[in-house]
Amino acid sequence: MDGKYVKYRLGKSYGFQSLVYLLAFACIVPLLAILFYIIRAGITKINWHFLVNIPKPVGESGGGIANALVGSIIIILVAAVIAVPIGILAGVYLSEHRKGRLAYWCRLSTDILQGVPSIVIGIVAYFWLVRPWDIGFIHHRGGFSALSGSVALAIMMLPIIVRSTEETLKLLPDSLREAALALGMPFHRVMFKVIIPVGISGILSGIMLSVARITGETAPLLFTAFGNPYLSVNIGKPMQSLPLLIFNYATSPYQDWLNLAWGASLILLVWVLFLNIFTKVITRKWKVQF
Amino acid sequence: MESTILKSRNFNASFGTNHVVKNVNIDIPRNHIIAVMGPSGCGKTTYLRCINRMHELIPGATSNGEMKLNDEDVYQMHPIFVRLKIGMVFQRPNPFPNLSIYDNVIAGYKLNGIKLPKGERDGIVERSLTKVALWKEVKDSLNKKGSFLSGGQQQRLCIARTVAMEPEMILFDEPTSALDPISTSTVEELFHELKANYTLVIVTHNMQQAARVSDKTAFFYMGELVEYDETKIMFTNPKDNRTQNYITGRFS
Ligand SMILES: Nc1ncnc2c1ncn2[C@@H]1O[C@H](COP(=O)(O)OP(=O)(O)OP(=O)(O)O)[C@@H](O)[C@H]1O
Ligand SMILES: [Mg+2]
Repeated sequence: MDGKYVKYRLGKSYGFQSLVYLLAFACIVPLLAILFYIIRAGITKINWHFLVNIPKPVGESGGGIANALVGSIIIILVAAVIAVPIGILAGVYLSEHRKGRLAYWCRLSTDILQGVPSIVIGIVAYFWLVRPWDIGFIHHRGGFSALSGSVALAIMMLPIIVRSTEETLKLLPDSLREAALALGMPFHRVMFKVIIPVGISGILSGIMLSVARITGETAPLLFTAFGNPYLSVNIGKPMQSLPLLIFNYATSPYQDWLNLAWGASLILLVWVLFLNIFTKVITRKWKVQF
Repeated sequence: MESTILKSRNFNASFGTNHVVKNVNIDIPRNHIIAVMGPSGCGKTTYLRCINRMHELIPGATSNGEMKLNDEDVYQMHPIFVRLKIGMVFQRPNPFPNLSIYDNVIAGYKLNGIKLPKGERDGIVERSLTKVALWKEVKDSLNKKGSFLSGGQQQRLCIARTVAMEPEMILFDEPTSALDPISTSTVEELFHELKANYTLVIVTHNMQQAARVSDKTAFFYMGELVEYDETKIMFTNPKDNRTQNYITGRFS
């Protein structure tokens, strides 16, 4: 064959390879840019004072984000308490009943739920829990509350937990289930003592990812948890959270408040990065070897 | 005196409309080893799984007919009791990968929530592992995960786990087909030991194995129990020519 032709093809191949590298690098650029920008703007704002104080009123300098930090943790914990048991059990159900009408509808609705915009979920939570309603014998007083925010976030976590649990458990060999059943174990024990423990790393990683996913959600909290300039731990009352604080303070004209927003952004970012790395570690460490 | 432990009459099993086990009649004597042979797909596994009611766990699987353990109808008992009385060992060793060797042996108690004092548990673990000739090999690594053992050791661990529950019968579905020859002969020796306390039903494709270990042999063909007799007779003087053809290797 003609040497020139081979060279031409090699050249083309190198060109293509470089393009692939370039595009792969292009995927990293936005993350690096965000990291760089937020770290540069936020790192100088973060200190101990920043973490343990609540925002100061306009005009006073200093202040911190303790109320938002505590609020975010509480709201997410409550959301997890609601979503994790339901999500795992639904995932177990789906992995055990591959066919069947209920399984079909359950799968379909989790898929759809995954695509519902968070603001719509927020509105639904608002209508259920924040607005007062009265059906004769039950009077719901309503009002903004951390709990209503948690419910909205729990609805967003659900599909992620359900599907990751289902996918994890489906991959476990049937021989595991049969080994347990052949020892005379009832179904619920097979699930809770064998199937879930063996699949725990996959289930946990689904939970962590769902937490990472909702950590920065602002829209559903706007008209549920609402925000609170003070430190509050009462889930029946409005509560501050990191994304709400960023949303409110970043658009204010006061430099001190802008600083708080930058610092809070960095904390949020670190939180999400940490969750992602932690997820990778537990999936590797807790993975059960067959 | 031979007493019958398991009795099937007109037993049938199907997957949906696929009639797989047809009208099986068999009497299994206590403390004997029964080999079950037959060409691939003839329903050996299916029949075996009907004995301890594992068959019904498959969606669409049905069965009918009489299956009696000590004159008690297996299909009237709760499946959990049936499986406690009739243990099962699978083709591929399947120890619980999340449990230690110790916990694997005691799994039937531990995972069923049966609390035993430590001394009693230790006793069960040692006795069961000794019965399957694994105690010496693993007594210093009882806390290691069961999945670190070799295939043959894992299979003996699975037998120990079944033996620990003190069942009356143990069903084996091609228990040595995933093992090397040395592990296979260890497991075969084990069968002779276990015979004193348990009744064993062993599905095998290995005719030498059936001839070596079993007292009686059942030959299945296309879902029917074609012939069932003393192993010696089955291998030297079978009555049905389908058995004869199979044993002489005319079809597999
Ligand atoms: N889970 C299942 N679902 C539907 N049909 C099945 C299933 N398992 C087995 N069958 C069918 O039942 C028939 C008997 O299968 P079975 O596993 O009992 O055969 P076998 O004698 O154990 O064969 P082998 O020696 O290959 O293990 C086969 O024709 C197979 O197609
Ligand atoms: Mg089989």
